[in-house]
Amino acid sequence: MSTSTAVATEQYNYDIVKKFAIMALVWGVLGMTAGTYIASELAWPFLNFDIPEITFGRLRPVHTTLVIFGFGGSALFATSYYVVQRTCQTRLWGGPLAEFTFWGWQIGIGAGVVLYMLGYTQGREYAEFVWPLDLAIAVVWVSYALVYVMTLRNRSQPHIYVANWFYVAFILAVALLHIFNNLAVPVSLTSLESYSLFSGVQDAMTQWWYGHNAVGFFLTAAFLGMMYYFVPKQAGRPVYSYRLSIVHFWALSFLYMWAGTHHLHWTAIPDWTSTLAATFSILLLLPSWGGMINGIMTLSGAWDKLRTDPIMLFMITALSFYGMSTFEGPLMSLKSVNALSHYTDWTVGHVHSGALGWVAMITFGSFYHLIPRLWGAKEMYSSKLIYTHFWLATIGIVLYIASMWVAGIGQGLMLRAFDEYGNLAYTFIETVTFMHLPYVVRALGGMFFVAGVLLMVYNTYMTIVQAKRGVAVEATGAVALAR
Amino acid sequence: MSEIWAWLGDLGNSKVLALLIFFTTFVGIVLYVYTGKQRKERLESYKNIPFIDDEEKKPASKQGDQ
Repeated sequence: MSTSTAVATEQYNYDIVKKFAIMALVWGVLGMTAGTYIASELAWPFLNFDIPEITFGRLRPVHTTLVIFGFGGSALFATSYYVVQRTCQTRLWGGPLAEFTFWGWQIGIGAGVVLYMLGYTQGREYAEFVWPLDLAIAVVWVSYALVYVMTLRNRSQPHIYVANWFYVAFILAVALLHIFNNLAVPVSLTSLESYSLFSGVQDAMTQWWYGHNAVGFFLTAAFLGMMYYFVPKQAGRPVYSYRLSIVHFWALSFLYMWAGTHHLHWTAIPDWTSTLAATFSILLLLPSWGGMINGIMTLSGAWDKLRTDPIMLFMITALSFYGMSTFEGPLMSLKSVNALSHYTDWTVGHVHSGALGWVAMITFGSFYHLIPRLWGAKEMYSSKLIYTHFWLATIGIVLYIASMWVAGIGQGLMLRAFDEYGNLAYTFIETVTFMHLPYVVRALGGMFFVAGVLLMVYNTYMTIVQAKRGVAVEATGAVALAR
Repeated sequence: MSEIWAWLGDLGNSKVLALLIFFTTFVGIVLYVYTGKQRKERLESYKNIPFIDDEEKKPASKQGDQ
């Protein structure tokens, strides 16, 4: 085991993978804590304390940026750099440039969230970074693309494994989305403020073309790349159908780009764009479920692993949430359903069933597989802690989603209710009063989820400490033998 | 012939054209993936790539142990 690890460490650049993995956990704790805090602010508004820097409006982009780009992004950098090396059996190209992607990404995110708290934002959802940071991130992203593509070019394997296809699609699509969505004219070269190049309906459509495809390519395609490598590895058996994975990839790539406008139903956009987006959203159900089935069926014939392997539990539960949220998404994209769900917390619940259930759970599972291998340990420090983490996370997600269904569907129905005279049956404030209890439950769900992540951090820390102790003991033993 | 070029050059037809190109390409990919016995075996053999690395490491591990 130790020799194998030593060979792998020499052959591959694990240092960069370790750095990104650690930062993913750091940003994860901070981002999820920020999320739980703002959820608590909605339930108990006194928590704003009249301090502008920690009010909901400023902390909300801190939360989304830290969890999507800090936690999710760093996890994707880590796993993609690991997977491309392992499946191509070649060392990561461009050592210093890969280092640059690490420092550039971390500094960009750190600076971005500090500026949000100080009140500097571009005001575009999931793209709040001010223009100088947008430029810096574009440079980091192009460097990432170069490192990845050059590593693929240097591969020892003639075929590029499908996980890399998903990672490459993610890198290319995010570059395209980031650049076009952030086209803006700065007020001056010394100002952090800027004006979008687009206006009105075009601006809204550009923003949601970006927003939905950030979900499609950042939070879905890239994590599918993670799934196509780590699920087979953890299960100890190859993916159920490689041909299905190819069709999954192309269908997802063809369909996602058209669906963004479903975020703008019943607004000033042309009606045909609304119908087009809804149609493609329904079509997306097919590749999404194809991929989910492919992932879950990888365990075909070895279902007993679910009883004995908590890491597998994370992965299969992640795929189940992926299936659930990719069913809910098309449902909500129907104009008639959207008329009820839009502008309510049903949307927030849907996003979190994908973000917590799919993105975070597949990342946790993959990290539990990855971390011992990176540091040369046989396994994680405590299997019991992984189990505990799994149940805390699952209970947290269920509390979150169920409370948001109640809050969202309840508020949607209340806002559409009429009395016998045709007047609105409820005032807005009555809907807010109704939502208080679900908001409390949602905050509780977030606390469960954060508690699980804290256990993971402790488990990771102990795994690394034990691995380092093991290496030290081996080295001492070797010296003693040599004498 | 010139009518075809005029139709292709009309921006109003871009949606139909895009649909035809993407749909035909996608159907082509599906047919390519799911036809041909040899191709099926070749494509399915790629699913083992994540495990090749482990197999290559095993001999190295044994040598190290010896």
